[in-house]
Amino acid sequence: MKSNRPSKPERRPNRMGGASATPRNDRPRREAPPRAENVRPQGAVSSQMSWRDKFEAWSAHHSNSAIESLLRMLGTPLQSLMTWLVIAIAIALPAALFVVFSNVQQIGQSWQDSSQISVFLKKEATANQAQDLRGRWAQRPDVAQAVYVSPEQALEEFKLGSGLGELANHLDENPLPAVILVKPKIGGNAPDALTSLQQALVADPLVADVRLDMLWVKRLHQFITVAERFVVALAGLLALGVLLVIGNTIRMAIENRRDEIVVVKLVGATDAYVRRPFLYTGLWYGVGGGIVAAILLAVGFWWLSTPVAQLADLYQSSFRLQGLGLIESLQLVLIAGFTGLLGAWIAVARHLYLIQPR
Amino acid sequence: MIRFETVSKRYDTGYEALARVDFEVEAGEMLFLTGHSGAGKSTLMKLILLMEQPSNGHVFVDGHHLARMPKSQLPYFRRNIGVVFQNHQLLFDRTVYDNVALPLQVAGYPHQEIGKRVRAALDKVDLLDKERSNPMTLSGGEQQRVGIARAVVNKPTLLLADEPTGNLDPELSNEIMTLFRQFNEVGTTVMIATHDVELLKRMNKRVLGLVQGKLVHDGVLW
Repeated sequence: MKSNRPSKPERRPNRMGGASATPRNDRPRREAPPRAENVRPQGAVSSQMSWRDKFEAWSAHHSNSAIESLLRMLGTPLQSLMTWLVIAIAIALPAALFVVFSNVQQIGQSWQDSSQISVFLKKEATANQAQDLRGRWAQRPDVAQAVYVSPEQALEEFKLGSGLGELANHLDENPLPAVILVKPKIGGNAPDALTSLQQALVADPLVADVRLDMLWVKRLHQFITVAERFVVALAGLLALGVLLVIGNTIRMAIENRRDEIVVVKLVGATDAYVRRPFLYTGLWYGVGGGIVAAILLAVGFWWLSTPVAQLADLYQSSFRLQGLGLIESLQLVLIAGFTGLLGAWIAVARHLYLIQPR
Repeated sequence: MIRFETVSKRYDTGYEALARVDFEVEAGEMLFLTGHSGAGKSTLMKLILLMEQPSNGHVFVDGHHLARMPKSQLPYFRRNIGVVFQNHQLLFDRTVYDNVALPLQVAGYPHQEIGKRVRAALDKVDLLDKERSNPMTLSGGEQQRVGIARAVVNKPTLLLADEPTGNLDPELSNEIMTLFRQFNEVGTTVMIATHDVELLKRMNKRVLGLVQGKLVHDGVLW
């Protein structure tokens, strides 16, 4: 080794001179000597680096950590895929239930929307009286629409709709009563309001009968409430599972890089610096799991959609299974990523401070 | 630069590593710390680095009263101290360049600045041609020099070395000592722990001698 190499441009004329030249005769003093004004406050770093440099270094470390942790993950593809699958299944399960349930809700709503009340009038009610009644009911605040169907119209509809037109032609007289179809102006989830409307309508002397399958509406409503809570509870439990899986994975990653953490801490890394790559690792596990979950759901609903459509056709329904849309899939990935980040944060907070240089 | 005021360190096991140690080191000094293994050399170094807290007494480093340093300041404080370990603590999953660049990356230096400084430090320890190698492929002396380059790359005001010549033959250890002397000549305070008495005699510098945790010698040897 050449020892007499011309000295490097290390122009650093003992900058500490001012601060540390403390006389020995002031021993009882407990405090550190006050720093001279011209002494740099914080090593070579802050005197030579502008805020702009610091910000650039900070964002560079962010992108470095993000890319490096992603590459690390892709470096062990099988292991990462398994973790992603575990997370994906835990996410896809409640998401699938949520989708199915919102489909059911959709059916329920379309049925409830069509839940008009059929008011059958007494035989002696004249067309004028019926029109009068219809007019009065249409004014009610809880009625969206009231339509008068005369017995003649009802018969025509019956002939067209039932396919029994021939049979109806043989009837001596029209057996059908006049009907007023009342469409309630209330949300589907208010069965009590429907009941009170029904009671108001039946009170009129011209009314023979009022038909509304209230029990059915109530049951559906209650079923939806139960299902909703079940899905929320399940999602909560599985989210906890995702947190634990990611937490454990991050803990192992921290153990694997123990030496590096010790060295980096010794050369002056801040906690945030040490934490960063692990937080990104958690984020990628979450995002990867979310993407796999979205793919699972898309494939699953695509697979189901044809038989469901055929089934709906058999019921003369135009119902079609709605899978996750693009926005919802993105939301799923976002939520998964956030859960991953949270899991990593918990693991890092628990394990990283235990690793100190010894 | 460094001041110990009646510092004692007793571990939880009851083992007393340091007992009422008093000394002061001026900025720009170069000195040695000696004693048998277990005499407290490493403990003393750890106290300076704030890897340990003293049980009694006060440690001042670079104007900081260490007991009163907030935890958030610790990283910035350590950036000002270069450390060379006996087992050199290199990371074998990256190149020599990346190992030396670590303190600068941690401190957030811009990319070009890191390149310049790392090459200057590697040039100083004569390993510029090895920057792309993995430290695993280097000899013991070369690994130690990489460790030194990493310790000085941030231009610390204080350089600590714990048995830096521990496993090296005399010729190599002389080279290492020459390096430390050069750093000292440009103003860095250098403190080297060693049990190599021959080395101490050759260097003819101030020596702190520890025996069973007590400071028994302070001055030039013989």
